[in-house]
Amino acid sequence: MASDWQPTAEIATLRERARLLARVRAFFAERDVLEVETPVLGRGGSTDVHLDSLCTEARTPAGRERLWLQTSPEFAMKRLLAAGSGPIFQLARCFRDGETGARHNLEFTMLEWYRPGFSLAALIDETEALVRTLLPGRGACRRHRYRALFRQRLGVDPFTTPLAELRRLAGERGGLDMRDADRDGCLDLLISFAIEPHLGREGIDVVVDYPASQAALARHGVDDEGDAVAARFELYVDGLELANGYDELVDADEQAARFAADNAAREAAGKPAVDVDQRLIAALEAGMPEGSGVALGIDRLIQLALGHRELAEVLAFPASRC
Amino acid sequence: MASYSTNEFKGGLKVMLDGDPCAIVDNEFVKPGKGQAFNRVKLRNLMTGRVWERTFKSGESLEAADVLELDMEYLYNDGEMWHFMKTDGSFEQYAVDKRALGDTEKWLKEQVAYTVTLWNDNPISVSAPNFIELEVTETDPGLKGDTAQGGSKPATLSSGAVVRVPLFINEGEVLKVDTRSGEYVSRA
Repeated sequence: MASDWQPTAEIATLRERARLLARVRAFFAERDVLEVETPVLGRGGSTDVHLDSLCTEARTPAGRERLWLQTSPEFAMKRLLAAGSGPIFQLARCFRDGETGARHNLEFTMLEWYRPGFSLAALIDETEALVRTLLPGRGACRRHRYRALFRQRLGVDPFTTPLAELRRLAGERGGLDMRDADRDGCLDLLISFAIEPHLGREGIDVVVDYPASQAALARHGVDDEGDAVAARFELYVDGLELANGYDELVDADEQAARFAADNAAREAAGKPAVDVDQRLIAALEAGMPEGSGVALGIDRLIQLALGHRELAEVLAFPASRC
Repeated sequence: MASYSTNEFKGGLKVMLDGDPCAIVDNEFVKPGKGQAFNRVKLRNLMTGRVWERTFKSGESLEAADVLELDMEYLYNDGEMWHFMKTDGSFEQYAVDKRALGDTEKWLKEQVAYTVTLWNDNPISVSAPNFIELEVTETDPGLKGDTAQGGSKPATLSSGAVVRVPLFINEGEVLKVDTRSGEYVSRA
């Protein structure tokens, strides 16, 4: 196509985008949260079995090294926290292989911030406030337990319903064979297909108390019914997942064990292992203050704030035109 | 045969599904905040024309379908099969059966180029050009003085198609018709 040199966002939209980013920076300046910049490249990458990292090679004083393009600035920012930075935020360029679509782009901007000493509930309040600065007039914010949403929408309990029943339901909802799927695979399909589209339709919806198996880098906890949960939340507006927050894991041994378990799961799934960020482990050993952190897809929030339907409308050049 | 993974799926790609060649219409990447990704895919079955919706786990792949779309000129009907010839100068001919020809039968005119879809070198469908010029073989007599507007009547064209035409059109006239909507466009 002859016109594919042109941006997919209008210039007027890019002006609005810059204005919104300035507002985000003002939001944190008012709260004394320090803006930081951390490397896009890392010797370690995300081991998350459902994230695929891009990697590259570079000549460094140590020779030819494999470096990972970060899927989020999390590891480097936690090292700053351990070094005594206090509250920090970053507008970071992140990369996730294979993620392209109306709401995904191979590279995107993540607004990530950390609040030493904040409970998860306090960070949810602050995330809601940030979202409201860009989406003024949005309706009430409601919190939902993960299992309550499954009970209401699907009549099953993600913690106790037998796997065979979840597989049957996921296969039916998705129109695919889920007979070999594991519990989280079934739950991922069901939440994506049957629950997410209904979230944040009127106001802002926040989901909490995820299964402990979906903790990623969040602490484990126990819910009112005695089941192990992840101290994590996700925030939705208009069916779009905007933010993902954790009561951060600060235990170095537990963190190292989760990285190892992730890489074992990657191997079992036929995916390459990812180098573990040993400096993050060392930082946790040295001591990272307890607190909460959240990653927010700022491109999506800008898309909603400006009333666009697709991410490409707020990006100068999406991956298809890079 | 090659295969395509879900992240290579895009509109127009030809793949095999349940034994039939399909064209991908739409591919939506769906992923929860943390967790497994899926692709919701719309595919048009090239044998039946029906659109299927299927979900795949991201990273799954489908075999490529050996499908080609070629321009071919319509030659003649032998009573059972319809014969087309490639327009690339090779004079290579293909015989198309009634099932593959489908609704395009009513838009056939000799020496006009059609798009013939081949799967494993066998014709599976034929599509007409968007616009075609055909002669009126049967219609009520034209009304004098009614060239401006108002009313329409059926007219049978040389290919067998019946279209609504303005009242002033007469038998023997050649008309330009939109084959997608089956609507009269103008006098040719």
